[in-house]
Amino acid sequence: MDLTYTPAQQAFRVEVREWLRTHVPRESLASYDTREGFEQHKRWEAHLADAGWSSVTWPRELGGRGCDLIEWLIFEEEYWAADAPMRVNQNGILLLGPTLMEFGTPEQKARFLPGTARCDLMWAQGWSEPNAGSDMAAITSRAIRDGDHYVLNGQKTWSTRAVFANWLFGLFRSDPQSSRHNGLTYLMVPLDAPGITIRPIQALNGKQAFAEIFFDEVRVPVANRLGGEGEGWNVAMATAGFERGLLLRSPARYQRTAQKLVQLYQRHRASANRDPSIREAVLRAWMGAEAYTLASYHTVCRVQQGARIGAEASTNKIFWSELDLEMHETAMRILGPRAELRDDPEVHDWLEGFLFAQAGSIYAGSNEIQRNIIAERLLGLPKS
Amino acid sequence: MDFTFNEDQLALRDSVGRFLMVEAAPEKLREIWQTDAGRSPALRAKIAEQGLTALSVPQEHGGLGFGDVDWSLMTQELGYFAIPDSLADTAYISAAFLTALPEGHALRNEWLPRIADGSCRIAIGHPVNPWVGDVQMADLVLLPADTPDGLSWHALGPEQVSVEVLPSIDASRRLSNVRWTPGAATCIAEGACARALADETLDRATVNTAGQLVGLAQRMLDLSVDYAAQRKQFGKPIGSFQAVKHHLADVVTKIEFAKPVLYRAAWAVAHEHPQRAVRASHAKLVAAEAAWTAARKAIQVHGAMGYTWEVDLQMFMKRAWVLDAAWGDRAFHKARMAQALLSDGAPLGPGATF
Repeated sequence: MDLTYTPAQQAFRVEVREWLRTHVPRESLASYDTREGFEQHKRWEAHLADAGWSSVTWPRELGGRGCDLIEWLIFEEEYWAADAPMRVNQNGILLLGPTLMEFGTPEQKARFLPGTARCDLMWAQGWSEPNAGSDMAAITSRAIRDGDHYVLNGQKTWSTRAVFANWLFGLFRSDPQSSRHNGLTYLMVPLDAPGITIRPIQALNGKQAFAEIFFDEVRVPVANRLGGEGEGWNVAMATAGFERGLLLRSPARYQRTAQKLVQLYQRHRASANRDPSIREAVLRAWMGAEAYTLASYHTVCRVQQGARIGAEASTNKIFWSELDLEMHETAMRILGPRAELRDDPEVHDWLEGFLFAQAGSIYAGSNEIQRNIIAERLLGLPKS
Repeated sequence: MDFTFNEDQLALRDSVGRFLMVEAAPEKLREIWQTDAGRSPALRAKIAEQGLTALSVPQEHGGLGFGDVDWSLMTQELGYFAIPDSLADTAYISAAFLTALPEGHALRNEWLPRIADGSCRIAIGHPVNPWVGDVQMADLVLLPADTPDGLSWHALGPEQVSVEVLPSIDASRRLSNVRWTPGAATCIAEGACARALADETLDRATVNTAGQLVGLAQRMLDLSVDYAAQRKQFGKPIGSFQAVKHHLADVVTKIEFAKPVLYRAAWAVAHEHPQRAVRASHAKLVAAEAAWTAARKAIQVHGAMGYTWEVDLQMFMKRAWVLDAAWGDRAFHKARMAQALLSDGAPLGPGATF
């Protein structure tokens, strides 16, 4: 055990910090859940990509920087410390990218990865359906083979920022006789294909944060299939593993929130201390963010020595989603009656974050599903 | 940056675990704890044969020269097998205390080799603890005296102290109120040196307690998983019911996120990190929370069986309950953290983790 950074790691941190110091926009961008904000964030991503910062863990030849996971943690720490813009193409960079690298053909990698790194390809996810939420294996949207195409019919929903995205990856039932996780195929679908209708869903914050997608005789080339026909479940599970696991929620995000919460508390200490439980909640926020960071470093170091992340990723998902809720609830309590004033500059980000935190225990596999996974796969308890 | 243990450290942990599983089985511990002394010289001798008492002693005094990071694995085993306080107090906390005395100090030369070969027990007090554990059988008692002149440390033989025994709900504990008189002849450290010894000992013992609490949480989880897999109601193992699963999944999460905090704290103690105190307190608080959650969920999963004397769960629950307030209760550790973190210029935020 050696809890110090190597000179190379320290130098990398300085390099990231310097670049961000001179490039992060001074004015914060509009919300990426709006058309205007989405385009602003896309331009920022292209800017990151030009400098090689958009997908630091990807190999250099695919538009990345070839960083190891410790460097990724360092990059994220500097990124969040600099209050740089939110990352609008995480679906592509963190979820699809690694899946493509694992399952994609050389042609697919060449076709999709560089554009994803540059954010010319902006990805939406196509998992959930009206009757397939926590029970994802209940998917009924079909992709029936017709020569060198699949013909898609059905409906996907809760697809984040699909109104603004131009591509989708997701699961479709290619064998109509199949059930559950058999007979599913993983496809990459251009959202401008004829027969696709996208209908925005207004989220809690009033913005078009996600959408329903309807497929009516949509023709998708077989070349857009990732992995084998009928093997989509395993390919998708790899994506779900990345999402729940290390990458989706970097610890620096919560450390930054905890730090801001401490600062908020310090600015309003007198009024906050009228409720003695607030000080404790602020401390707990810091403790939780640190614990999540330490667990990430611990996991990253084990992964770099050859360990695989398995069902323990489910503990991560529960931890960060509950931490995020607790931190934002605490901020609301500190802000008191002002907390509802959405245009108040001190309130705005906390309020938006508070609303978004409500979703954390639901998306990426509900926390109840995660607890089942922990009990059945880590503890070996029998299925119900 | 390498936040892992090496193969030797993990192998030692595993072998200690295998040894304690046989030699410190609950039925054996119950027998020992029922005696007045509550300690077994025979078991201590076996533990010494395994090299456990020599871990912290420097090599020049016949020990293995291991440090706090190694101990963060070992203390989890001590917790898991409910090994009473005397072992860690002697072989870890007191060994490190004596090692921190100036080179050539008579006490070092006399006691460190005896710790290593397992032929002594040392009891150690601290201003943060109202009572002292394991004084009756101690060959040496290390006690602080808080006088108007400041803090000083004293070394006393068993004949120099009188004890009033304070029975604990945890049958493994041997607490007492100690009466003694500090004097020039007993004094071993004064002034800044004594203060530094007290601070370092507190942080080390805090991390020691945290490690044991994590081990206790894991034991209570394992007992509950075994029980939930075997006990049937409505024709099925109760572990197949989601309500039961979710209780235990919550314990897993608490333990998984307490361990890395514990390891950072151990490293901070070993390397005299400027944030040592905060990190130690953090570890103790999350470990206590994991252990108390484990106890709460474990007794619920065990049903009425968990409320009995007969089922072993009670041994581990009681240790978890009492260690929560040992070496600083939650109020103490929270206050310490609040003071350090909620002041201006505290090292918070991304990049301040190590």
